[in-house]
Amino acid sequence: MTARPMTVLPRLAPQLATAAPLLSMRGVAKRYGDVAALKGVDVTVQPGEVLGIVGESGSGKSTLLRAMNLEEVPDAGRYTLDIPAYREKDLFALDRYQRRMLRVREIGIVYQNPHAGLRMRHSSSGNVAERLVVSGERRFGELRRRAKDALIASDFPIARMDRPPVELSGGMQQRVQLAKAIALEPTLLLLDEPTTGLDVSVQALVLDTLKRLQRERQITMVLVSHDLGVIRTMADRVMVMRHGAVVEEGLADQVFQDPQHPYTQQLVHAKL
Amino acid sequence: MSLSALTAPWRAFNYGFLDESAKREIRRKTLKAIAVPGSQVPYASREVPMARGWGTGGLQVTLTLLKPSSVVKVIDQGADDSVNAASIRKFLRRVGAADETLDTTAATLIQSRHRIPEERLRDDQILVLQVPDPEPLRAVEPDISEARHMHADADYGLLWLKLYEQIVRSGRIMEGASYPSLVNARHVISPSPIPRWDVPKLHQADNLTILSAGREKRIYAVPPHTDVAPLVFDDIAFRVEDHAQITCQRSGVKGYFLNELPQAGGPSIHEMSDSHFATKHIQKREGEAVTFADTYYVNGSLSR
Repeated sequence: MTARPMTVLPRLAPQLATAAPLLSMRGVAKRYGDVAALKGVDVTVQPGEVLGIVGESGSGKSTLLRAMNLEEVPDAGRYTLDIPAYREKDLFALDRYQRRMLRVREIGIVYQNPHAGLRMRHSSSGNVAERLVVSGERRFGELRRRAKDALIASDFPIARMDRPPVELSGGMQQRVQLAKAIALEPTLLLLDEPTTGLDVSVQALVLDTLKRLQRERQITMVLVSHDLGVIRTMADRVMVMRHGAVVEEGLADQVFQDPQHPYTQQLVHAKL
Repeated sequence: MSLSALTAPWRAFNYGFLDESAKREIRRKTLKAIAVPGSQVPYASREVPMARGWGTGGLQVTLTLLKPSSVVKVIDQGADDSVNAASIRKFLRRVGAADETLDTTAATLIQSRHRIPEERLRDDQILVLQVPDPEPLRAVEPDISEARHMHADADYGLLWLKLYEQIVRSGRIMEGASYPSLVNARHVISPSPIPRWDVPKLHQADNLTILSAGREKRIYAVPPHTDVAPLVFDDIAFRVEDHAQITCQRSGVKGYFLNELPQAGGPSIHEMSDSHFATKHIQKREGEAVTFADTYYVNGSLSR
């Protein structure tokens, strides 16, 4: 056996929890009328980590993601992000304007339905530039350059950057959303079923892009999906949700190889 | 004491057509609009004998400000002699005993549709602009409640998205009229559909400008000596229409905003949009005594 120089990987996934967690949610609860969508959920995400959230429809995973994106303030709970201006601050207590600015500057999101995240009739580059103008960029040349960079980083065919998303395929629309989400180098990237509804080969390409971005930029991601395959490919750690509560949590491999909770066992076996 | 002693004697209509409570409300809302430059103040837009969309907003403000010593000028796309402008002038004389004029320098109260006169307005003149759509955010935020939040937060980033789209699509800013402008470094207004040519006239003007939308029921104002800055990218300058070097066929004067009149066979001639200003140039050439005020534009470029 020949001795080969050891390559030092930039990061060993997942990091040990020695650093302060980037995201921390405690006791998040939300009711919609009689329905308890979230029953006191705790979430911790380390910097650079990819957290997968699995669960069936109605398990509360999308509500949780909306709370993370500060689109919706839950009835109870505390939410902190480890970023300079907001350290130790409960983000749920921010006012509407602060929430909005925080969302623009620090959080990127990709929705399952591109209509939710994009202006379908504006140009694709304009959609990405929107993020930048809202954050205060007022130079046209700079907007153009940064929009282009973000689209290139999302593997978007740059010749079509001025076409509106309505003329693009589903996979391309997701790339525009992704470019928009990463244009400002967010602290946290939220992915709500980003590949659901795409056909399998396109799904694989979008996941490739996500993996590459994660590797290159070490973006902290929270990925919600009901597709265990997607979670297995992407996530370092997995949270399994059911009826608004977390039933199991652990390293991805561990949860998938050796599920402890009966519901997780069912889920993993159903996947085949 | 009889009831008749307590009530005003019967008259065919109130002075200035609107009843006193309506005028008081509009005065109060106008004062509020002046106090917060550029902020859209809702008001109860009343019925006037004119269809919505023909300048009912402007007319209500004019009627409120009217007094027997007023001298009114009514502009319709720069012209004084359109049916709409002539009818409004006639109406103001009938209900307010106001004098009419075509001359900008002689007017105390100017109601205008889509133009600001070429001659500089003074601090004793009030300009009332008719506004079809007061909301500059309409194109980027169709939800009015959300748009009001955005005004409250001075969150105008999305307007640059609109300009970005125009440059990407057409290579230049295509916003011909209603160019979104920041008033007093706080509120973005749609300065009614005046051409880009007229937007710089609002900046640090000596006169008070009141903008009123009758159908949308909003009053806003640019008080005298207030900053008005058209929204631009830092690296792409604001441009007015390229009219500086074209000569007016009627008066032979150049350097002012023009109407293009297409001719049979393809070519077009140009005529000054501010029609009475052109007329005064003709009168002067024919030896009549006319008074000119300073103009905002001198030799086709803005004079400060």
